[in-house]
Amino acid sequence: MPNVSLFSALAAAPAAQVSILINDRPFTVPDYMTVAAALLSVGITQLRETPVSNAPRAPFCMMGACFECLVEIDGVPNQQACMTLVQPGMTIRSMIGARSLK
Amino acid sequence: MSMIHVDLLIIGAGPAGMSCAIQAREAGLDVLLLDENRQPGGQIYRSVAHSPLADPDLLGKDYTAGAALVKRFLASGATYWPGTLAWQITRDRQVSFTRNGVNAGSGQIQARALVIANGAQERPVPFPGWTLPGVMGIGAAQTLLKSAALLPSQRVVLAGSGPLLYLFAWQLIRSGSAVAAILDTTPRANRFPALRYLLSALRAPGYLLKGMGLLKTIRGSSIPHIQHVESLAAQGQGAVESVRYSVAGREAQIDSDLLLVHQGVIPNVQLTRSLGCEHRWDDMQLCWRPELDEWGQTSQTGIYVAGDGGGIDGAKVAELSGALTALQIGQQLGFFTDTVRDTEARPLKRQLNSHRAIRPFLDTLYRPADIFRRPSDPTIVCRCEEVSAGDIRAMSRLGCTGPNQTKSFSRCGMGPCQGRMCGITVGEILAEAAHAPMQKVGYYRIRPPIKPVQLIDLANAYVPDANAAPLEAFVPK
Repeated sequence: MPNVSLFSALAAAPAAQVSILINDRPFTVPDYMTVAAALLSVGITQLRETPVSNAPRAPFCMMGACFECLVEIDGVPNQQACMTLVQPGMTIRSMIGARSLK
Repeated sequence: MSMIHVDLLIIGAGPAGMSCAIQAREAGLDVLLLDENRQPGGQIYRSVAHSPLADPDLLGKDYTAGAALVKRFLASGATYWPGTLAWQITRDRQVSFTRNGVNAGSGQIQARALVIANGAQERPVPFPGWTLPGVMGIGAAQTLLKSAALLPSQRVVLAGSGPLLYLFAWQLIRSGSAVAAILDTTPRANRFPALRYLLSALRAPGYLLKGMGLLKTIRGSSIPHIQHVESLAAQGQGAVESVRYSVAGREAQIDSDLLLVHQGVIPNVQLTRSLGCEHRWDDMQLCWRPELDEWGQTSQTGIYVAGDGGGIDGAKVAELSGALTALQIGQQLGFFTDTVRDTEARPLKRQLNSHRAIRPFLDTLYRPADIFRRPSDPTIVCRCEEVSAGDIRAMSRLGCTGPNQTKSFSRCGMGPCQGRMCGITVGEILAEAAHAPMQKVGYYRIRPPIKPVQLIDLANAYVPDANAAPLEAFVPK
């Protein structure tokens, strides 16, 4: 998928930057972003595939209600990307289908 | 797991929760406020005290004014736990929580009184293609602007109805964003019935003038504002590529990779439902609301709702209702007499009534069109389990009379969102099919935990530390 972001950064106040890994690719984003905001800002619009039909999905409500932005964060599946702030070194992966029971 | 004891526990740090905490602290109650977000403000004042924007004034004065309330709240002496999810509340006011960040762990709180101030969510508006990546709520895009300084890139289409549609268009114009079109779905037929409430709406301070100001800016811009849009569909392979709509029966299409939609907001009733509080269907606001007395008490003693979680009235009313609820709790817990309560409450109630005077006008004018309430058969209603409107109608023909039956038949409402995105739509489809009132059709039975909790969170339960101050005496082991 091309990295053409649906959202672009507006003039922002100075902020610290953090390095994160998204599906093994490194990105640097401001520390005030949630994981969902970070994904959208770097142009990743599809975060997961549904367990039912493998349909592509992306963040919808950005406030913790819709559960469309579920991703794997630091090895923990089904985390709400919109409710989680980025942390230095965070590893984020798309959720493809249902989580496995390890 | 040991129990933390407080006079007043508040859930949610929006205007209602913050103002409730401030008022209760003035009366001398110990107050603990839990909020799932990392900063106070709720949705309306999200990130207001630490805006990532170089110029937060872009969002308007109504937003930046929230910073003063946040400041008063943080100085109130209330204990504030951000990043904390309250995932179970019992009728005897015991709250189970999981805290992230500082002092991460889980615990239980016994409150003498409990205020649920968890606000509203955008009304889910099913239409063909609404599950495609690239379709989001207008409120969601506004959250990205407030909290992440992100602006929609080119060719964004705004579609829907209601004050937030115009406010966000105004904010985009001020921020220099390119808007391809505003597809206004406000039904023409709403205008005449809304006129009946225009006179009383004039009693509400400032709202109509503010609204006219937003519309004037939109009309003065080069953005096409297409009125009386009757249908909407997002189209594309794997993501939105175009938006189809119709006006007066004629179809048209706009190429766009971002469609932002809005049809008003509805109370977040997960907690009040999980408590078994009485709810009633509000046919004017087209939503469920918990039954509340004049102070915000639910049908469960000592459990209150303040702000939009009790019915949609906006930020000003939320702030006033939070303070009123605190006055009643202060009196009930013996911090002051009913005379003191009533004296303090009188001016607040007067202001509350004048702000509420705008609602019948707004609710009638921006009542969502039927097509968004009860979509066509192929449209997905339950996003989690991918159940369509046609599936619900088929289950109605088989004899399902309520959402708990269709859930058993199809898993509709059983996915991770726990019915937040489909509960009202499923009810409205069943009500129409069976010619039954919504009150009879009902809503999902909501059970705790209201959001998923990990076993490790439970394993990290709080234990008491005898050397620490009372409210800080509980830390993860």
